[in-house]
Amino acid sequence: MLGQNRMMRARALGNFHDLLVQVTRDPAILLWLSGSSNTKYSPNENYAREMMELFTLGADRGYSQRDVEEQARALTGFAADWSEGRGPYNFHFDPKLHDDGVKEIFGKRGRFGYRDSCWLCVEHRSHPSFMVSKLWNYFIGAPIPSSVTRSLQRVYVRSGYEVRPLVEAILRHPLLYEGPRMVIPPVVYCAGLLRALGQTITTDSWAWIGEMTGQRLFEPPNVAGWDYTHWLDTSRWSGRLTAVNYALDGTVIADTDKRYPADETPSQVVAKALSHWGDPQLSSGTRANLESFSRSAQRLIKGDWEQTGYRILRQNALRVLIPTTPDWQTC
Amino acid sequence: MRAALAAGAPGGGSSLREWDPRMPIPAGTGIDRRRFLLGATGGLMSVYGAGPLGLGGRALADGIAEAAAVQGSSSSVLVSIFLAGGIDALSVLAPTEDPLYQKLRPTLAVPLSAGTPFTEDPSLSWGPAAAAFAALHNAGKVTVCPGIGYTSPDMSHFTSRHYWEVGATSTRIETGWLGRYLDNVGTSTTPLQGLSMDGEMNPTLATARNPVAAIDRPETFALWMQGVGGDVFSMALDSASRLGDAERRSPDPAIAQVAEAASEVGVVRRALAPFRQANGDPAYTSPVAYPKSTESDFPQRLAGLAAMLAAGLPVRCVALTPETQFDTHASQAETFDPGLSLVGEAIAAFQADLEARGLADRVLTQVWSEFGRRPLENGSSGTDHGAAGVSMLIGTRAGGKMVGEWPSLTSLDANGNQRENVDFRGVYCSLLEQWFDHDAAAVIPEAGRFARYPLIA
Repeated sequence: MLGQNRMMRARALGNFHDLLVQVTRDPAILLWLSGSSNTKYSPNENYAREMMELFTLGADRGYSQRDVEEQARALTGFAADWSEGRGPYNFHFDPKLHDDGVKEIFGKRGRFGYRDSCWLCVEHRSHPSFMVSKLWNYFIGAPIPSSVTRSLQRVYVRSGYEVRPLVEAILRHPLLYEGPRMVIPPVVYCAGLLRALGQTITTDSWAWIGEMTGQRLFEPPNVAGWDYTHWLDTSRWSGRLTAVNYALDGTVIADTDKRYPADETPSQVVAKALSHWGDPQLSSGTRANLESFSRSAQRLIKGDWEQTGYRILRQNALRVLIPTTPDWQTC
Repeated sequence: MRAALAAGAPGGGSSLREWDPRMPIPAGTGIDRRRFLLGATGGLMSVYGAGPLGLGGRALADGIAEAAAVQGSSSSVLVSIFLAGGIDALSVLAPTEDPLYQKLRPTLAVPLSAGTPFTEDPSLSWGPAAAAFAALHNAGKVTVCPGIGYTSPDMSHFTSRHYWEVGATSTRIETGWLGRYLDNVGTSTTPLQGLSMDGEMNPTLATARNPVAAIDRPETFALWMQGVGGDVFSMALDSASRLGDAERRSPDPAIAQVAEAASEVGVVRRALAPFRQANGDPAYTSPVAYPKSTESDFPQRLAGLAAMLAAGLPVRCVALTPETQFDTHASQAETFDPGLSLVGEAIAAFQADLEARGLADRVLTQVWSEFGRRPLENGSSGTDHGAAGVSMLIGTRAGGKMVGEWPSLTSLDANGNQRENVDFRGVYCSLLEQWFDHDAAAVIPEAGRFARYPLIA
C-alpha cells in the first residue's frame, strides 16, 4: 500500500491514462481486485468491473456485463510468485497467461491487452463527465452547474486527459470560496490538530485513532474508497474527541501552574485556551457557549482548596472543547 | 418523574402515572428494567459512585431517568445482520446429491456426507459451516428464503447492497427502509430507536428526520478529556451537547451535521453510562457464553445488544455488519468456512441469550446479503458475483417454514446465475405488516406490487 501511495503521489496530477495503467499493474490493486488470479484459463471479473464502475465510467454508464467479461479477458496475464514467509511478491506480466484472442469491448474489436483496456475506458464517452464530477465533488460542496461541467470536460479532454489543468480549474472556481462549508475529513482533521499545535506524528496510535474517526489510512471501507458526504455520527464524533486528547497529550496543564489567577474573566479564560490553538476564528455563538461553560465551571468552586485546581481543569476542558465545535470541524 | 427517580426512589413500586398521566402503565419489562437499573440496594450506583469520570450521582440517575422516560421499551425489535460481499448461498444450503452441482463446483462442492440434512427439502443439506443455523432451523426458529433477489439483478456490490438497504431498486433513494419506518413511528428525541452497532452509521437505518445512533458496543462508548475529571468534566461534556443542540438547525448542512452528532452523543452517552465500568469493562454479564474470536467482535456486540434490550432501552431497529468478508472470488473455503461458522455461532448464542432473558418474543433477527454467487466456480477456487441468494429470519416467533423454493441449477439466467423466486421487497413488506403491524406502503415504494409471504408464527 505504501508503494501504491508513492506511485499515486508521483502521478496523480499527470496524465490520467498513464495513472490508470500504473494502477492496473499496481501490486496492491492486483492483489485486492484479483488481477493476479485473472488468467486466460480462468478469467476473474473483479478488476474489470471495478475499473469501469468505480475508476473511469460510473455504475452502469455505458457498459454491459459482456463488456465486463471481455475486459477481464483483455486484462489477463498478471501473476505473482508466492512463498510461505513472504506471501505474494514479484508481481509481473506473463504473456503465456494472457488471452490474446479477439475481444469485443464497447462495440470495438481487437486483440486487446491491458493498455488497450485502459485506453478504451479513458476514451469512452462517459469518462470525462465521471472524472469532472468526481473531482469537483471532492473539493466543492455546491453542486456543479451544467455549464461548468461542460467547460471542465473540455479542459480535460483537450489537454489529452491531463489531471493538473482540471484540478487547477476547479480550485480557481468561485464556488470553492463562496459555497457551503464541508465537514473536514478525519485524516485532514487529525493533521490539522497537530499542525495547529506545531507538532508532528510521534506515536503510531494515530493509526487506530484514524479508525475511530472513521478513516484508517490504507484501509478504505471497500474498493470504492471513502464516502465524503457523511463523516460524522455519534461514534465518529467521539473518535474525534479521542484525536483531540492525543494531540493535547504532553501539554496538559499541571495543577501547579500559576497562569490562571482568580480574577480572570470568562472571556479571558476562553481567549487563553484559544491562543493555545493558534487563535482560530470561531463564531460568536460558539464563543458564547464556551464562555457560558467558563462561568458555570466557576460556580462549581465552593471551597478555597478548589480555586486553582478547578480553574486548571476548566482550562484543560476548554482546550479539548475548542476543536470539537462545529466551527472547527468544518471549512 | 425525572426528579423523583433521580432522588433514588427504590423499587419503582409507584406508578409513573402519578407523575405524568400521559405515561403508559409500564409493561412487565419496564418494571424489571427499573429494578435492574436502580438495584435493590443501589448496588449499580456504587460501581460508579464518585468515580473519576463523574458518572455517579446525578448524572447516572439522569441517564436512567431519560431512558425510562421514552416510550417503546416493549416494542418489537428487528435486528438486521448484513453479510457483506454476497454470500455463496450454494454453500449455505447445498444440493449435495445433484451431479450437476458437483460438476459446477469441482473444488467447492459440499461433500455428500459433510452437511446436515435440511428438514424442509430432502435434496438439500446445510453446509458444515452453517451448522449453527441448521440447529436453529431444526428447533423451528428459522424461516429460510433460499432463492431471494429481484428481477434484473445487479451484480455490483454497491448497487445491489444499496437496493437492499433502501428497500427499492433505485439509486436515487437516500433513506434506508428501516430509517423510513423510524421516521414514521419514531420520535425526534430518541437516537437509540435506530441503533447501528458498526461503529459508524449503517445505511439501512438512514432517516430523513428522526435521529438514530451509531455505536460499537455499549461499554466502548466512553468519552474522556485530557486533564479533566469529576464535575468539571461532566459540565464540559454537557456544554458540547448544548452547542450541538443549538446548532443542529443551522442552515449550513456541514455545521448541522457536526452539531447533530454532538447533540446525539449527549443523549447516547447518558443512556449507555450504566453499561460500562470505570475501567472500561462491561457492567453487564450474559446468561450464556458467546464464541470468542481474535478477528471479530461481532459476538460481543450481540451480547451488548441483548443487555441493552434487557435494560429496556428504547431500541426498535438494529443494524450490524460482522467483519467477515464473503466476496469470495478466490480460495473461497479459506474465508467462507470460518466466517460463516463464527456468524452462526454468535447468532445462536444471541438467540439463547434473548430466550434466557425473556426477550425472545419481541426480537427478530434478519440475515441478508446483497446477492448470491455464480454456480460455476471460477478458476481460482472461488466464485464470482451471482444473483438469487439466501436470506433468513431467526427467532422464536419466526414461522420456521421455508418461503419460496430452492432455485434450480437447470434454469439459470443468461449470466449463468440462479433466478430468484422471492422478491426481497415482498419480504420487507411482509415484515412491516406481520412483525411491526405497520402499513408497508408507507415504507416500501410500490408495496402493492409485491407478493406477501407468511414469515411469523
